[in-house]
Amino acid sequence: MTPFIEVKNLTHKYSAGTPFEHTALDDVSFSLERGEFIGVIGHTGSGKSTLMQHLNGLLKPDSGEILLDGVDIWQDKKTTRQTRFRVGLVFQYPEYQLFEETVYKDIAFGPKNMGLKADEIDRRVKESAAAVGLSDEQLTVSPFDLSGGQKRRVAIAGVLAMEPELLILDEPTAGLDPAGREEILNYIDSYRKAKHATIMMVSHSMGDVARMADRLIVMNKSKIALMDTPAEVFRHADELVQMGLNIPVLTQVFMKLKQLGLPVEPVYTQAQAVKALTALKGGNADA
Amino acid sequence: MLKDVTLGQFFPGKSVIHRLDPRTKLLILVGYIVALFLAVSWLSYGVVFVFLAVSIAISGIPLKSFFKGMKPLMFILLFTGILNLFFTQGETVLVQIWTISITLEGVIRAFFMVFRILMLVTGTFLLTYTTSPIALTDGLEALLSPLKKIKLPVHELSMMMCIALRFIPTLVEETDKIMSAQKARGADFESGNLVQRVKALVPILVPLFISAFRRADELATAMECRCYQGGDGRTKMKLLRMHGCDYGSFLVAALLITAVCVLRGFGL
Repeated sequence: MTPFIEVKNLTHKYSAGTPFEHTALDDVSFSLERGEFIGVIGHTGSGKSTLMQHLNGLLKPDSGEILLDGVDIWQDKKTTRQTRFRVGLVFQYPEYQLFEETVYKDIAFGPKNMGLKADEIDRRVKESAAAVGLSDEQLTVSPFDLSGGQKRRVAIAGVLAMEPELLILDEPTAGLDPAGREEILNYIDSYRKAKHATIMMVSHSMGDVARMADRLIVMNKSKIALMDTPAEVFRHADELVQMGLNIPVLTQVFMKLKQLGLPVEPVYTQAQAVKALTALKGGNADA
Repeated sequence: MLKDVTLGQFFPGKSVIHRLDPRTKLLILVGYIVALFLAVSWLSYGVVFVFLAVSIAISGIPLKSFFKGMKPLMFILLFTGILNLFFTQGETVLVQIWTISITLEGVIRAFFMVFRILMLVTGTFLLTYTTSPIALTDGLEALLSPLKKIKLPVHELSMMMCIALRFIPTLVEETDKIMSAQKARGADFESGNLVQRVKALVPILVPLFISAFRRADELATAMECRCYQGGDGRTKMKLLRMHGCDYGSFLVAALLITAVCVLRGFGL
């Protein structure tokens, strides 16, 4: 079976042929399945953003190809444009891209560009607004009257309204308070479950990606350094630290405990930690 | 794509031209432009051209960057050339098509006009390529400071200019980002008629303006936090000082203007 998304030997150079030439992606290959939650971590400048912009056809690869359901997204102009709608991209600080007079109109921008009918646009706007916890009254106000966190939700809803099969988010929780972060992450996960969509999330919060993601992609120096389940990835703690990354605080604590001679294996989520600790006490984890 | 804008870009370097006092460079540029407009003959154009060519050679700026910056001017150059080519009256008619004729005088005139604009722009580029925006505004402020006597806010003007120059790359980057984001939402900037294309700019311009105002606000606060209160009593870390090479350059520039004036006096 053809994978949902397949990236083959993708290479991208910025300012090719000038003294400022810089290889941002170097022979990157991987594939994604439908319904997966992928976390992307990597040091600033490791090529994460460049990779994301390739997946929906904003940047053209210098070599290599990106297949969406087995079709090269650069096959022809129509396919590329269609890819933009099938692969939704939420940039960093997306609230700075709002421009319409009302929240409703701003969310409707994407669906409108898709050429959908008015009632379908209306359904999608309302659905995606509700999906990020915006009330009906908020649809009629100007997006510039909202708070920072609310604006972020409007911007994410604007992409959700296109109902992308692959949703890519670049640090969607940056600069939000803990409660706001938790909510946004939950909205993203419910969207994945509701539409059986694939999620790709760049984050600098190891705890967040460890908890949410099925698999992690670790980018380092324009290449994929590791791609595996969080448990496997965080086993390479020393390598991660060398790449200027870190492992979740919980995992650090457990590694230290292990060093101190306690019979525990490193964990990376709260649930696992509770289980491991109760087991240690000799109790029942489910109690 | 927008990153290719080279207008007013500074290329750091260590050449004599780079090290000259910004005031010197500004004054010589003015002198150079005067000389350029006084030049009327092949010979005087040649003299000005040699001056420019030698300056570029000393600066070590690759010629390619000058051509790149010239691209947006292609239309003006073409327009000037064609206008002069067809509408110059003359005796030696080269080609005659209906009522329009191309004369030898027209060809020469078109060549001179285009050449003059090219040299004018190249000279200005040389200044901005070899002088950092801060040095440039510093120099300008120093040159204009006598105007403070007539209550002209010279310091404020130069500070405004400095900030404007400083934010050009930032805004270009921001525009790139916003364009990508709107493209990701299916915005289409490349097709459609003129009206549709202008309309397609709204999703870029609104966020861009808002972010520019936000940045301005933040910058003002940051400046106030550092006790900025205008030019009065403000000292400079880098004082402008003239050196030997500055006086030397003035001498060369004076020679250039004199040469062009003398040549003009002889009708050459």
